[in-house]
Amino acid sequence: MEKKTLSAKLLASPHIVWSVLFIIAPLLMVAYYSFTNADGSFTFENIKALAGYQEVFLNSIWYGIVATLICLVIAYPTAYFIARSKARVQSTMIMLVMLPMWTSLIVRTYSIMSLIENTGIINTLLQKFGFDPIQMINTSGAVVLGMVYDFLPFMILPIYSVLTKLDNKLVEAAHDLGADKITVLTKVILPLSRSGILSGITMVFVPSVSTFYISQKLGGGNFALVGEIIEGQFVTSNNFNLGASLSLVLMVLILICMAVMNHFSGDEEESSGGLMP
Amino acid sequence: MKKLISVLLALSLMFSFSVVSYAASSPLSESELQEKYKDLAGTSINVYNWGEYISDGSEGTMNVNEEFEKLTGIKVNYTTYSTNEDMYTKLKSGGAAYDIVIPSDYMIQRLIDEGYLQKINFDNIPNYKNIMDEYKGLYFDPQNEYSVPYNVGMVGVIYNKTVVKGNPTSWSLMWDEEYKGQILQFNNPRDGFASAMFLLGIDVNTEDKAEWKRAYQKLVEQKDVLQSYVSDEIYNKMEAGDAAIAAYYAGDYLLMKENNPDLEFYYPEEGTNIFVDSMCIPKSSRNKEAAELYINFLLSEEVALANAEYLYYATPNKAVINNDNYSLKGNPILYPAKEDMPKTQYYHNLDQETLSLMTSLWSELKIEGTSNTAVYIGLGTTAGIGLAAIVYVTIRKKKREKLYDE
Repeated sequence: MEKKTLSAKLLASPHIVWSVLFIIAPLLMVAYYSFTNADGSFTFENIKALAGYQEVFLNSIWYGIVATLICLVIAYPTAYFIARSKARVQSTMIMLVMLPMWTSLIVRTYSIMSLIENTGIINTLLQKFGFDPIQMINTSGAVVLGMVYDFLPFMILPIYSVLTKLDNKLVEAAHDLGADKITVLTKVILPLSRSGILSGITMVFVPSVSTFYISQKLGGGNFALVGEIIEGQFVTSNNFNLGASLSLVLMVLILICMAVMNHFSGDEEESSGGLMP
Repeated sequence: MKKLISVLLALSLMFSFSVVSYAASSPLSESELQEKYKDLAGTSINVYNWGEYISDGSEGTMNVNEEFEKLTGIKVNYTTYSTNEDMYTKLKSGGAAYDIVIPSDYMIQRLIDEGYLQKINFDNIPNYKNIMDEYKGLYFDPQNEYSVPYNVGMVGVIYNKTVVKGNPTSWSLMWDEEYKGQILQFNNPRDGFASAMFLLGIDVNTEDKAEWKRAYQKLVEQKDVLQSYVSDEIYNKMEAGDAAIAAYYAGDYLLMKENNPDLEFYYPEEGTNIFVDSMCIPKSSRNKEAAELYINFLLSEEVALANAEYLYYATPNKAVINNDNYSLKGNPILYPAKEDMPKTQYYHNLDQETLSLMTSLWSELKIEGTSNTAVYIGLGTTAGIGLAAIVYVTIRKKKREKLYDE
């Protein structure tokens, strides 16, 4: 083990201070609120009260999974295509992927609303061409659409960054050794880009599960996702304790999901470049 | 045009403040006010107000905060919140010291009860004489010690006359099967519950659990005919004709009507919510006198007029109400005549138990009917696939290890 020099310690200190102040301390506060009541004495009541919310949790996780899978299916070919194009095209394409992220999530969600509203742009066009309007807003599909649209860049970018670093010699070697295209994809490229896929999945799944804005606006408030319930506990009923315990359980569930996924991270390849170690 | 006029008016009056009479309680005279301005120039106040709740200089309106700074030399740090509860949380956490907050009635009651507000020195607010008597001594501040009314509003039902037949007068329109899929409900528990409670004739401030559950049943019944639960997206939906029926604030209706003339409005006969947003000074204030001067400034005729023109809410300021330049003077929706005045009810602060009950019933309402087998099947399948994949990966790993070992 190398000894850390003083300068290395100093350089790390802002990050440590940041983590303690804004990550660890809030987590401890969440844990504290979860196991206390309004008077500050220890209780399991909040955790017990969660039994009534199991459907909400299941719903949220399900929506998160669906949105993540759709993102993955769209993002992988896109990232692959971008990574294989010329350097100049690449930077333009990546710009285009990131461009929506320059606008706030609220504005983007509102724009989707005006697209898929019953008298929105899409339905108006449909009616112009003589089709029947389709009910899109306030459906579960709209919620998933919002999640996919808002979080897609988080899937494309890590996969892209892994794919650009992929050593092309390996692909060539596989071809030389007689592998066909499908074999190369499943045996070489996919395994080598696994770390990118996994960080993409995490970065889409976590915000999708905990969102409340998208489901509120695109689902018309009809789809109670856990983020919305948590917001209600903090904002309306001023019940920080129940809100915190809902958040805590959500975090644990997300951690479990991620632990399961990490099982696939593989140990044989020494890939890097994804956003997760 | 009318905005321009009000600005000109305001500017001209800025230099010639109306003379204040010397009453027994000795409010400050004009010259004393000027003296105070001089004393406090260079200090600053932190104002915490609702979003979009002050004339801000856009589209040629008066920029109230800027005018105050010009007049007094006191700097205004202006921040906004979107709900009373946000404001309460911020004030309670003590993260920031505010000199002015403008919460609604029931929240003022809570803040006074919990000791977050301090008494206002009305001598520093000579313009308090502009406040109408009916907005003095309200239930949350019976002695007029802590609050000065800023805006008043009532909730009513907005409907699109091209869709809705006849002249509805009742909350029951929001439960009407005939307009299924066209009705919007508030996406906040208090107002949502209130619509059901008014319809059922329940006191909106009741602490009787059975009554809340009865209202909940009514809301469950309504869920079937609703299009969605909304907050500020109601503007888009009603203006574009995506929805035909919604309950909302009268002032906001007037704004919507400008964009969609088909919209009509009524106050339900069963009664409706009235609210008053009042200016208060938190105990944490570090510049109380300047805060009082700010309140006084907002009550002056020109500034209150500019705000009333900008916000479209009803004002409790009689100098504005009687002003012939006020474009909404005598508007039957904002200022109904005595005989048309609907039955109204203020929200009171609910005790914590009722508050929790309300929120959990509201969550239940949202969850109601969303559980479906498709989700369970989907989750089950995913879990199955995940498990199978883990087993597969583990077996493969073992096999490889064996291979290497040999």
